Amino acid sequence: MQSFGYEHPEWLGQAVDLLRTHRPHARPLAGGTDLVNRLRDGTLRPHVVVDLKGIAELRPGITQADGRLWISATTVLADLVADERMRTHFPALVTAAGVVGPVQIRNRATLAGNICNASPAADTAPPLLVYRAQVIARGPAGTRSIPIDAFFLGPGKTTLARDELVTAIELPVRDRPVQAAFGRLTRRRGADLATVSVCVSVDGTGSTRIGYGAVGPRPLLATDDSGVLADPATDPATRTSLLARLARATSPVSDVRASQEYRRSMLLVLSQRVLRAAVIGEGEG
Amino acid sequence: MSRTHLIRLTVNRVPRQVEVTPRHMLLDLLRDDLGLTGTKACCLVGECGACTVSLDGRIVNSCLVLAVEADGAEVTTIEGLATDGHLTRLQQAFLDEGAVQCGYCTPGQVMAARDLLAHNPHPTTAEIREGLAGNLCRCSCYAQIIAAVSAAAAEEEK
Ligand SMILES: Cc1cc2nc3c(=O)[nH]c(=O)nc-3n(C[C@H](O)[C@H](O)[C@H](O)COP(=O)(O)OP(=O)(O)OC[C@H]3O[C@@H](n4cnc5c(N)ncnc54)[C@H](O)[C@@H]3O)c2cc1C
Ligand code: FES
Ligand code: FES
Repeated sequence: MQSFGYEHPEWLGQAVDLLRTHRPHARPLAGGTDLVNRLRDGTLRPHVVVDLKGIAELRPGITQADGRLWISATTVLADLVADERMRTHFPALVTAAGVVGPVQIRNRATLAGNICNASPAADTAPPLLVYRAQVIARGPAGTRSIPIDAFFLGPGKTTLARDELVTAIELPVRDRPVQAAFGRLTRRRGADLATVSVCVSVDGTGSTRIGYGAVGPRPLLATDDSGVLADPATDPATRTSLLARLARATSPVSDVRASQEYRRSMLLVLSQRVLRAAVIGEGEG
Repeated sequence: MSRTHLIRLTVNRVPRQVEVTPRHMLLDLLRDDLGLTGTKACCLVGECGACTVSLDGRIVNSCLVLAVEADGAEVTTIEGLATDGHLTRLQQAFLDEGAVQCGYCTPGQVMAARDLLAHNPHPTTAEIREGLAGNLCRCSCYAQIIAAVSAAAAEEEK
């Protein structure tokens, strides 16, 4: 493997200084489940890797304050899945986090790393879009809060500057959790990346939000405020044509996992399935 | 640029001190520096589970962990399971059920199964499949591996 330097800062300020000093040749390291593979295959060649796991302000943890759940950048998916508050308020995110890789991966992989890696197929992205997550980032100019829908730019690309890092992901907690479900299709059962993934939420006002994964250059969000999708009495033909119209926002491509045509058809099937699960409050698509 | 780091860690209850470069993997440290070759190197991309070890009480793929990240950690490998030459019930169950063919995946399977049973002493078949989803067996002993884990769990009950 290529050689690189390793820094292990204790404070957030030091980490930002390191990223700024070595910009653009420094890379944050969280669980390493993406980054170490990129270092090994040479698709990333940073001079310095900045390990975030020793930073006092980013210690693993999920905290609740001011009507929000705050998930620190070093919190691994295994801990997110086990958290009772997460299970109560954001079950579709828990379902999605629970299918990321096998246990060995979830014990290392962080939620922040999953979105910073910015794969169009990142499983946690559709639920984060649906649940209106905010990404908290820190850079030399200070802290900013980015709506998750503005965070993703394209494959591997986010709105983060090269000397910025994500410190946490925030989720707004509602008095009554919004009904939501997540589902994905994979080539095989067990650990695999999504061919298509969908997350749907329906709230009391009739508003429906749909997050799509693996069907465009970035995870996408579509919304329907007509109340048609949220209404269990809507006739199936109307529902299907509305879902098809919303899916026009997507632009699936052919790759090793599936052809464009297959993705397009399955997206509609999966959307129907996951919508039904969300409307009847089943949790899982 | 890539200076060496002196790291201290505990491997199978023995304190160790090793000088490593950042690109040195935990897997390499275990196999090459400490001679613990029970942990296997196979896909090297986190897909197969042959390199599974326990790091601070959680199983991980040691091919995806830099050795420097394990500074201060407690690591358990397959060599750390048997005591005084006596296999654990789980290890014995793998032999009894014929769950070892070429044996290359076995250390990883055992480490993953041990972790599963620690969290869930009486797993269903579906739970065993899910718990071992990160461990591939090229010889396809899956049925025997599942039988071994079930047998070890059942024996634990007695
Ligand atoms: C075998 C295997 C199976 C997998 N299966 C799935 C799957 O089913 N679904 C799925 O979605 N993913 C899957 N993945 C991908 C991966 O596990 C996730 O993307 C993971 O969540 C990344 O988190 P990490 O903490 O390991 O990130 P790292 O690898 O440490 O980092 C990933 C990227 O994000 C950057 N980064 C990390 N943290 C920050 C931060 N706080 N601020 C700024 N930048 C940061 C890094 O510099 C790097 O570019 C799989 C990976 C493997 C190896
Ligand atoms: S060698 Fe590490 S997972 Fe395959
Ligand atoms: S026994 Fe040969 S790979 Fe599993």
